[in-house]
Amino acid sequence: MSTLAVKPQRLPTAQPKKSRIVLLLLLPGLIYLGLFFVTPFAALITTSLQAPEPGGGIGRYQPGLEFGNYAYVLEQYFPQILRSFIYATIATLLALAFSYPIAYFIGVKARNYPILQGLMLTLVIAPFFISFLLRTFAWKEIFGQDSWVSTLLRDTGLMAQNEFLLGTPLVVIFGLTYNFIPFMTLPLYTNLERLDTALLEAGSDLYAKPSSTFWKVTFPLSIPGITSGTLLTFIPIAGDYVTASRSFLGSPNTAMLGNVIESNFLRIQDYPSASALSVMLMAAIVVLVSIYIRRTGTEDLL
Amino acid sequence: MSRFSLGKYLLPTYTILAFVFLMIPIAYTFVFSFNDPFKNTTGWQGFTFKNWTGVCNNVDVCVAFGNSILIATIATMVSTVLGTMLAIAVTRYEFKFRSSTNLLLFLPLATPEVVMGAGLAAQFLNAGIPKGLGTVILAHILFTLSFVVVTVKARIATLDPKLEEAGRDLYAGPVQVFLKITLPLLLPGIMAAALLAFALSFDDYIITAFNSGTEVTFPKFVFAAAVRGIPPEANVIGSGVFFFAIALVLVFMIGGRMRAKALAKKN
Repeated sequence: MSTLAVKPQRLPTAQPKKSRIVLLLLLPGLIYLGLFFVTPFAALITTSLQAPEPGGGIGRYQPGLEFGNYAYVLEQYFPQILRSFIYATIATLLALAFSYPIAYFIGVKARNYPILQGLMLTLVIAPFFISFLLRTFAWKEIFGQDSWVSTLLRDTGLMAQNEFLLGTPLVVIFGLTYNFIPFMTLPLYTNLERLDTALLEAGSDLYAKPSSTFWKVTFPLSIPGITSGTLLTFIPIAGDYVTASRSFLGSPNTAMLGNVIESNFLRIQDYPSASALSVMLMAAIVVLVSIYIRRTGTEDLL
Repeated sequence: MSRFSLGKYLLPTYTILAFVFLMIPIAYTFVFSFNDPFKNTTGWQGFTFKNWTGVCNNVDVCVAFGNSILIATIATMVSTVLGTMLAIAVTRYEFKFRSSTNLLLFLPLATPEVVMGAGLAAQFLNAGIPKGLGTVILAHILFTLSFVVVTVKARIATLDPKLEEAGRDLYAGPVQVFLKITLPLLLPGIMAAALLAFALSFDDYIITAFNSGTEVTFPKFVFAAAVRGIPPEANVIGSGVFFFAIALVLVFMIGGRMRAKALAKKN
C-alpha cells in the first residue's frame, strides 16, 4: 500500500515489538471501522435482499431473501453497468498515456532540480485544490452549446449544426479522464523517481535504440507504478456519477452505474435495487483488483 | 550536431502544454469569479469586484461554505487522531491479526464512494437515524481515515529507530520517548495527513449526498446550482480555497527545503 504514497528513502525500521499498548492504539480505530465500514456492508447486503412491504408505499421495504433483486437489476441496468466499465477502462488508459511522459519528465529528467520538481508536482495536484464540481462545471461551460469550442467545431464543419458536445460519450470520457489525472500521475512519478538511470545508460552503451531501452528497461520497471496508478484511477471512475450526470457533462444516454445507484437510492427510493447494484460493483472491483494484482505481480501493493 | 532527442525538446514542450491544459478549468473558475451577473449566470456579462467584496451577499453560498468548514474540521480532527494511532500500531507492533488489519485499512481506499455512501445511508436508514450534519461527519471520518493511515505510515517508514533507542538509553520512559521524540518526528506526516483529510472532506460530494439529508454543503450547493448556472460567489469561494491551498503547499515546501539546508549546514 505504501507505493501509493510518496515513498522517501527507506531506513531500517524498528523491529516490531509486542505490547499491550497496541490494543489501546488499535481499538478505537477498529471499532470505528467495524461500526461504519463493516456493518454498512452487511446493511447493503441485507437491504439488497429486501422485499416490498405488502400494501406499503414508496420506499417501504421489509426484510426478505429476494435474490431475484439481483437478476432484476442486472437485466434492467445492463447497459449502464457495461458503460461504466467501458468508460472507466478508456478513461484510465487515456490518463495513463497523458500522465506517463509528465511523470517521466518530473521524476527522471528534472531529478537534479528539486525546486523545479516540487513546483511541477504542485501543478500536477493543483486541480485537486479547486472543487471537483467547479472544475467539472467549467468544462460544461467550455463545451456548452454556444461556447467558442462548439462554435468552432460547427464553423469548421466537424460538427453538424444540430449536434451537441455535452451529453456525448466523448465529452463524458474526456471529463472523467481530466478529473482523475493526478491519481495516475502521482504514483507513476513516485515509481519513476526511483528509476536507476545507470540502467538507461547501460542500455545505450549496448547500442540499444532509445525506444528499445524504454520498452525493455524503463517500462517493465515502472509496472508497479502503473498498477497503483491504474487502480487509483479506475476505481473512483467506475463509481463516479457527477461527471456523467445530466447536470454536468452527461445525458440519459451516458448514465453510469453511479447515476443509477444514486437515482434508485435518493430519488425513487428503491433501496433494494440500489443496494444490489452497490454490492455488485464492489464485488466486481474486488475480483478485478485481485486478478490484476496477481497478473502484474505486485502483490506487495497492499 | 546533436541527434534529435526525445528528452530535449519534445518532453519539456509536452509537459508545459499538459500543465496549461490542467489549468484550464482553474483559470475559468477564477475568471468567472469576476463575472457581473445580470439576470442569468451563464456567459460573460462584465467585470466586477463585488463578488469578492461581498461574497456573503449570497447567503446560501456562505451557509454551505460554513457547513463544509465545520464538517471538515471535526472530521479531520477525529480521523487524524484515530488514523495516526492505527498507523503506529500496524507499523511498530507485532500482533495476531496484523495482515487482516492492514487489509481492513486498505479496503476503504478500494471502495467507490457511491458504494460507501449507499452503505452508510442504508445503515442509518435501517437504524432509524435521521440524516443531518452528525451523519455527514461520521461518514467523512470514515472515508478520510484510511488516507490518514497511509500518509502517516509513509512517514513512519522514514524514521530512524536509533533516535528512539537513544532516548531509551538515556532512561526516558515510553511516554516521554513518544512525546519528546516520536511525535515531533512524525509531526510533518501527521500535518500532511490532516491537510489531506481536510481537503478530501471539504470537496466530497458523493458520500455527502447520500448522508446529509437536507443539510447543504459547498459541493452540494454547487451541484444543485449546476443545472442553471453557478453564481459567481461560488467561483469566488472556489478560487479563494485554491489560492489558500497552493500558498499552504508552497510554504510547506519552502519550509521543508530551508530546514533541510539548515541541517546540512550544521553537519
